[in-house]
Parts: sequence; structure tokens; C-alpha cells
Amino acid sequence: MKNTRLLILGIGNILWADEGFGVRCVEAMNAAYQFGDDVTLMDGGTQGLYLLPYIVDAHRLVIFDAVDYGKKPGEMVIAKDDEVPRFMGVKKMSLHQTGFQEVIACASLAGKLPESMVLIGVQPEHLEDFGGSLRNSVKARIPAALNVALESIRQWNIPYSPRTTPVRGRCVNGDVLDMKNYEAGRPSAELACRFGDERFLSGSVEA
Amino acid sequence: MSAYETQGFKLDNSGKRVVVDPVCRIEGHLRVEVNLDGNNVIRNAVSTGTMWRGLEVILKGRDPRDAWAFTERICGVCTGTHALTSVRAVENALSIQIPENANTIRNIMQLNLYVHDHLVHFYHLHALDWVDVVSALKADPRKTSELAQSISDWPLSSPGYFRDVQNRLKKFVESGQLGPFANGYWGSPAYKLPPEANLMAVTHYLEALDFQKEIVKVHTIFGGKNPHPNWLVGGVPCAINMNDVGAVGAINMERLNLVKGIIDRTREFVEKVYVPDLLAIASFYKDWTFGGGLSSRNIMSYGDIPGVANDYSAANLLLPRGAIINGDLGHVQEIDLRNPDEIQEFVSHSWYKYADESKGLHPWDGVTEPNYHPEGPNFKGTRTKIEQLDESAKYSWIKAPRWKGNAMEVGPLSRMVLGYVQPRQFPFIKETIDSVLHQLDLPVTALFSTLGRTAARGIETLYCAKLQEEQFDKLIANLKAGDSATANVEKWEPATWPGEAKGVGFTEAPRGSLGHWVKIRDTKIENYQCVVPTTWNGSPRDPKGQIGAFEAALMNTPLARADQPLEILRTLHSFDPCLACSTHVMSPEGQELSKVTVR
Repeated sequence: MKNTRLLILGIGNILWADEGFGVRCVEAMNAAYQFGDDVTLMDGGTQGLYLLPYIVDAHRLVIFDAVDYGKKPGEMVIAKDDEVPRFMGVKKMSLHQTGFQEVIACASLAGKLPESMVLIGVQPEHLEDFGGSLRNSVKARIPAALNVALESIRQWNIPYSPRTTPVRGRCVNGDVLDMKNYEAGRPSAELACRFGDERFLSGSVEA
Repeated sequence: MSAYETQGFKLDNSGKRVVVDPVCRIEGHLRVEVNLDGNNVIRNAVSTGTMWRGLEVILKGRDPRDAWAFTERICGVCTGTHALTSVRAVENALSIQIPENANTIRNIMQLNLYVHDHLVHFYHLHALDWVDVVSALKADPRKTSELAQSISDWPLSSPGYFRDVQNRLKKFVESGQLGPFANGYWGSPAYKLPPEANLMAVTHYLEALDFQKEIVKVHTIFGGKNPHPNWLVGGVPCAINMNDVGAVGAINMERLNLVKGIIDRTREFVEKVYVPDLLAIASFYKDWTFGGGLSSRNIMSYGDIPGVANDYSAANLLLPRGAIINGDLGHVQEIDLRNPDEIQEFVSHSWYKYADESKGLHPWDGVTEPNYHPEGPNFKGTRTKIEQLDESAKYSWIKAPRWKGNAMEVGPLSRMVLGYVQPRQFPFIKETIDSVLHQLDLPVTALFSTLGRTAARGIETLYCAKLQEEQFDKLIANLKAGDSATANVEKWEPATWPGEAKGVGFTEAPRGSLGHWVKIRDTKIENYQCVVPTTWNGSPRDPKGQIGAFEAALMNTPLARADQPLEILRTLHSFDPCLACSTHVMSPEGQELSKVTVR
């Protein structure tokens, strides 16, 4: 018997601009809604295989991620259940595909895949801004992404309710890395790195 | 330039060039180019990191008490280690003393991470360099069971159990969904294990993945959450209340008993599964003696796991500290992370800019100014699509750190050798290594190889599992004696800090020495530099032409087949490289795990 009824997982590196989409979705979900004890909201970061224990423990799984479909920035693509591994297996689909595809594959090999899964991906606009935050086109998608997740959660008959009082203390991501603090404390443009290796960066998003 | 000698290696780049890109099985961007002679032996090796980390830059102006949370995001695998290094650097800068319990809890968390990381590295990243998954399908489950029972009394070893795993594996392979096993060089003549040993190893691979869920609970209990546990400058962010009254969420005896159970089961798993597997696999590869590289000459460890709090001297560290150069094993040298003449980073072959690139800079004075210009007479390709690097010019995003001018190997092999040569301080390390060598009937020099590095990691896991028990006992004894302090907040408020301060924090990450150097001015971070283990091991050349540890370890290795460079992956994986965990931005090749080009 699985222990976690529902795992709501955001993956990606918040330090790389739109890469942070998945984690910011979970943060927004946690700020706006409350769930029962058997629901876990998790900032999975870039932990790859280390996320396996949580995946195999989950009965239902929601994944938020920045995924490169070669679409217009901010466009959303949703994959459910069997589509998830197949989807991730396609060349150049997910920014995390090597990592996360393997996690799903390992769970499958172990015979412990969640019964239902939904992957909510958004096309990133900009990644080559280390220390930067989400671009507006991507940030604006957070509410829509949450709605897709909530729709599945309702179908699974898992109760939730809007938060009436703000989250207190540490949110899912720690106060320090909360999007507002993260954006406010950013060093100036002269100091912050605004580029990386174009072999990877220019290749992943059409300029 | 076609040939020259350095550090005992003769480099010759005249032969056929082979490119492997990227090298990591799961994540990170590491590319290797080698030149082969007429017998397919590596005569020149070039290792390059292809993604740069700009963490140093984005921390400028931030609150030093928050730096751990950012550094925790550098890497998806060594999150806790970076966080620990960061809080130590800030504590060092501000002269903050942490309570004894905080030190012990940090030790338990760090040791827990070691065991977790080493286990996952061995089974998931490295074993498949030695174990042929496809061959496991041909194994006789009954014989596999006999083999398993002959090397360990681990209970999961019946023929039916192995048959069940084999069937699952078969179904998985037949579905075409190879997942973690895609793009392996299955069937290569470089694989030496019989099908039964392969099936046993694959089975334990699955068990190890499953066992993770036990291990991670320790971080959840002490760090409040996992992944990305919480850390605190001045101690640990968890209260302890043995009487179970008072603060909600405080750690009580029930939680501590849970930790104890996990620590016990962890040691059992390492003793009965990991180490026997390691020995069984190694026994088939005893004649594969390549990959030693710098390990017999220059090794280093900053040391870790302070026996008592706030004392970071070599005598107090339970993981060895020191350096050996020029193979002088009888002379362990003290290292000083604060001395500007000891650790220096060079960029003559790295895509950064210094005012004077003939000199290195100590991390406190470190400069991280990117300067991406792939070039040189032998360079082929474009800025966005490199076909061939030229190692005589700049060729990597990794800087070249040196200790007193020497390229050093860091990691489990360095630590275990430093322990081996100091048996009075580290009797367990000495005895365990001797016992392993005896069982395999190998001389001590066999340590200086790829397999030696892999064995050292297993021996270290055993040692860490034992230390974890001792640290736990120490925690309980201290709590029972009435000391429940876990944090020192005397200097939490920035008003109590000096106008200017600088500090260094270090740990031994599972894959090697990790240091953070911080300068604080007017309560904000003025400069922050991280020198990570893979910067040491994956270092490019320096102004003297000295090669780094990866490059050295590849030298003189013969390849069974030039178009299937399994031997290159084997040696590089033995270092547990961790490069571009700062990002998961995929290469245009997408999920291709490694691409080989032979020119």
C-alpha cells in the first residue's frame, strides 16, 4: 500500500530563469490551497534519481516542469498516465528528460509506478539568465497550470480547499528562495551573469 | 605541438581522435576527447566541462545567512554538502561556535548522504560499466542463488526471487523501454562477468534503488524536509525535546529511534549487499589495472566529520585530511585553505579572463569573468557546435585548481589512501583495505586504478556506516547528559558582525574536497567562490601544461573497441563526476546519453 495518496512535484532549477517554472507552480499551489495529510507538495529541484523514493511511494502524481516542445513561449502541453514516459522519451522534449525519464523508467521497472500521473509542461522563453526569475510569458501560465492540476485532483476525488489565511513560516521552498525574495535580492545586471555556453543555451530555445 | 611529458605521462596527440560527449550517465555535461595510437591505446586525453556555473556571481549582495539555500541548488545530488559547506564558511567568517549536538547532527546527515550517494553511484551509475544487463537475461536463477548465498547471508537470495526479477527485466527490455539501460554497450568484449553475476548485480541495483527511501528519512527528520533539507548558520534548525513536551515538531525519542533503525539497516545493507557485490565484481576484473592517473602521485583531502564541535584540525577529523605529493606516501602534508600560496585557480585553458593568466588566484581573491572563445590551430567546428577542441588553447568551463602548483586527485580513493598511511588515527580504514586486498589477492598498489577508486568508495561507505552509528550514540549520550542545545544564535543579528569578515568552509563531498570562500562586507556577501570536487578532478591543463586527474586517469588505457569507449566511461564514472548540476538544460542531442565520434 502506497503511503502518499498524491504527490505534487515541481522539478527544475530555480536559478535558471524559466527552468524554475515547475517549482514555482508548487510554491503557488501551496500558497493558494490546502490539502490533507496524505498529499505532499514537493520542490524536487534537480534531484533526478533521488526523487525515486517519493515517486514509488505515490498513488497519484502531478508533475510541473519546463519542457521544450519547440512551441511558443508559455504554451502548455499536458501528458497523462502512459503518455508520460512515452512523451518524455521523445527526443528533446523535456529539459529534464534524462533525469526524470529515468526516474519514471526506474519506477516502472520496479513495478511501482503511480496509478495515475499528469505532467503539466510549459514552453520556456528564456533560460540563459542564471540567477534570474521566470519570464512573464511563463509566469503568467502558473494559474492555468494549477487549474489543470486541480482538475485531475478533483477527478481523483482528493479533497482540497482554498487557503483562507496566508501560509505561515517556511513555505514549500523555504522563505529565502520564495520567488519574491529571490527576485528582490538579485544582484544588478552588471554583476549578475546573463549568459552561459551558447552550445546548450541557444540550442534549447529558439531566439 | 605533438608530444610532451608531464607528471610522468607522455602526451602524444598525433593519433586518431575519439570524442565522447557527454560522459555522465544521468546528468551533467562532460566531454572527453582522446587520441589513440595504432593499438587503440590512449596517448592523449582532454576533458572539458561544457557548462559553467555562475553561482559566485549571483550571491553578491545577498545575506550570508541565506547563501546555503542558493548553494544547495548548485547540484542536484550533493545538495546537503553544499549547504553544510556554506554555513561553515559563514560561521568561520563570523567566528560562530556551534553546539556539540549541532555538530553531531550535521555529521549524521553528512554520513547519511555519503552512504546514499555512494550506493546510488555504485549501482546506478557505475555498476553498469562492469555489469552487462542484457547478459543477465541468460542467467540461471538457481545458479545465481547459489552464487549470492556463497558470498553473503543476505536473505533475499532464493532462485524464485532472482527468477522474478529476471522476468521483470525481460518484460522491460522487450517493451523497448530500456530507460536507464538505454545506449549501453551491451555485449562488449570488455564485460567479463558471467550471466549469474550480472543477474545478481542487476537485482541488487533494484534493491539499492528501493533502499533509498529508507535512507532519505534521516534528512527529513533532522532537516525538516527532504529533498533540500533546511540548514542554519550557528547550528541545526531542529529542536530536540527528549521529554516530548514543549515545542511542537521537536525531535523526540520516537523520532530518534526511527533514525537508529535506519542507521542499523543501512549498515546491514552495505555489509551484506554492496560490499560483497563489489568484491564479486572486482574479482572478475583484477587484470584491468588501468585508470590510476594521479592517484599514486598527488592526492588530497580537506577532511571532514569533526569528532568534537568547532575543531577542524586534522587530528579531530574522522575522515582524513592532508595531501601527498610525488607519491611520497610516508609524508602527509598539512593543508591550509586560507594560505594564498596553497590553493590557487588558473584559467590559462579555461574560458575565463584574468588580468595575468600565467598566475593563479586564491579563491578569496577569485575572479569569475566568462570569456567563451573556442579556438586554437587544431580547433574544429563553430561556437555552437564544437567538433574538436584544441587543448593548447582554452577548452573548458572548468578552472584549473592547483595545490602548491600541483594538480591533485580528490575523492574516496584519496581519502582512503590518506587513512591507510595513517593507521594509528584510522585503524578501521587500514584493516578494511588490507582485508579487501587479501580477499582479492592483490598488492596495495592495485589501489591506484579505476577499480581501486571504486573499491575505495565501497570501503568508505562501510566506514561511514560505522561512523554514523558512533555519531548517533554520541548524540544520545549528550542528550541524556542534559545538553539539548542545537543552535547558537548569539551572532544571528547582523548588528553583531564586524564591518568586514572573511571565512572558508570545507567538507568532503562524497566525490571529493569541497570549499566555499566567502567575503562579507557591511553584512552582505562581497565575494563568494566555490571550488568543487569536479573542478579538481575535471581540471583542464594549467600554464605549465600539467593535466588534471580525469585526463591523467585515461592515459595509457587500451580500448577494446574504439567506437565503444566503455573503458573511458568506466574510468570517468569511477570519479563520480558531478558537473553541470547547476542546470538541466539539455544538449541539442536530447536524451542521447553519450555520443561517440571517431575521427
